[in-house]
Amino acid sequence: MTIDRNARVLDVQAWDDYRLLSIASPEIGKAARPGQFVMVKVADRPFPLLRRPLSIHDADVSGIRLFFKVAGLGTEILAGKRPGDPVDILGPLGKGYTVSGSLKGTKDYLVGGGRGIAPLYFLGRELKALGAEVVVLYGGRTRRDTPLAGAFEAAGLRLLCSTDDGSFGFRGFVTELLGRELAGTPADMIYACGPDPMMKAAADAARAAGIPAELSLESLMGCGIGACWGCVHRIRGETGEGWVKICEEGPVFPAERVVWTE
Amino acid sequence: MTVMTDLGVDLGFLKLKNPVLTASGTFGYGLEFEPYFGLDKLGGFVVKGLYFDPREGNPPPRLVETPSGLINAIGLQGVGVKAFARKVLPKLRGLGTSVIVNVCGADDDEYLSVIEFLDREEGIAAYELNISCPNVKKEGMCPALFPGPTHQLVRRVKSASRRPVIVKLSPNVTNIVEIAVAAEEAGADALALVNTFLAMAIDIETRRPRLANTLGGLSGPAIRPLAVRMVYQVASRVKVPVIGMGGIMTGADAVEFMIAGASAVEVGTASFVDPDAAVRIVGELGAWCAAHGVARVRDLVGTVRTA
Repeated sequence: MTIDRNARVLDVQAWDDYRLLSIASPEIGKAARPGQFVMVKVADRPFPLLRRPLSIHDADVSGIRLFFKVAGLGTEILAGKRPGDPVDILGPLGKGYTVSGSLKGTKDYLVGGGRGIAPLYFLGRELKALGAEVVVLYGGRTRRDTPLAGAFEAAGLRLLCSTDDGSFGFRGFVTELLGRELAGTPADMIYACGPDPMMKAAADAARAAGIPAELSLESLMGCGIGACWGCVHRIRGETGEGWVKICEEGPVFPAERVVWTE
Repeated sequence: MTVMTDLGVDLGFLKLKNPVLTASGTFGYGLEFEPYFGLDKLGGFVVKGLYFDPREGNPPPRLVETPSGLINAIGLQGVGVKAFARKVLPKLRGLGTSVIVNVCGADDDEYLSVIEFLDREEGIAAYELNISCPNVKKEGMCPALFPGPTHQLVRRVKSASRRPVIVKLSPNVTNIVEIAVAAEEAGADALALVNTFLAMAIDIETRRPRLANTLGGLSGPAIRPLAVRMVYQVASRVKVPVIGMGGIMTGADAVEFMIAGASAVEVGTASFVDPDAAVRIVGELGAWCAAHGVARVRDLVGTVRTA
């Protein structure tokens, strides 16, 4: 957990509203684990005020990469960053996906849609390095929402895409694609990231197939460090259920602990 | 020539190494910030508001950003006094700074139960009586909206407590001076102001409130001039020390509150943006005083030239 005020944008890739920022930040890069996030300062002025939470798309000893979609003033400003620009990053934060031990002979499904695909690249790389067979299910509304498809294939990860309009891959939601895949071939673990309705569908598909799943939950965040209690989700614990801070105990939770309130 | 400024302040009941505290609800239980700076650099910190029992808080969304601040409706989720005393307080002792506990209650009796319980514990410098959280009852109701209930609660708490009591006031009133005077007459050792402003934001596409609680409390730079005005009005009328807060982001902002009449300040929303904001503000405040030949930071208090 570092505040890196000397981080620097190295490279920006753009597709429509999507951006992939490569950022030099050795300390955060070295410490980062798949599923963790950073809080990025948007601007040094009173509005937009709060940092924006972004999943770590990839990390190594030199820094991190962030993949996001322009969804408001904050991400619009971040999307305007150019190589060489300074950027102030707090992280790595939160508890990521479970990745440990030898995974030889195991098969994992990674499920994400749109900007929710962000953490699954880092995760897929790490799982593959430990010997797992990784299948990435990447969904979008249209083909234009799956700009990273080539990057996943280049990393040697098996990729299946879905689009709501059928313009690319399976026609339908990525969680429907997951259901179809699980019906054909069993798996050992499901990892997912995205908005609540999609996470609920992923959890339902996993439960129906009897496979454990880990979900990365989204939320607006005030601070990212557990101080403001703004980013809660309903979570089951040993002593009953309650509002749990996504930034501190998550963003990744075992699917069976997540309570769906809507 | 520059001078080394003495940053110490004396609230009468409590000496602080510097006038910068952190505001309740923006600093967790303090420990969340240990990775980012030494808490002993602060004048003190105010822990998140405590009810007697654990409290669940409001459903999400609990936050929305607005220009230039944020509206929150957390609903005072918290661990309750017993878990605080057992799990948190032992870790706060020996941090080398003043720990102030923000005390909440659904009614007067609960405030007294919290204080009776915490009075048996060591390691607390003072209580900050939270009579002004807008997010826990319908329409933001709380004792701090009326002089009578404020007076009655503060008097009962003061006669029960073995520790100094800072009363935190609501800005959601017609005349804050009236409430401040009621709290002072009832024996408040200091006044802290302001809590958040009752506020609302609507998603115009769905026409739904942006917060699940519909209403919330606005904080951040947006409220600073309102807060400075209230600190000025109150400090001009009461004899007890005033602790000022509302959108303090820099040392210059802290200087402004002190000139308006605050003996100390609390940093709130700034800690969300930068976990180390409060300690940066201590540094900026010292540098400003040194550059302006201010030998003692307390010499700034109430020096606004209105005549």
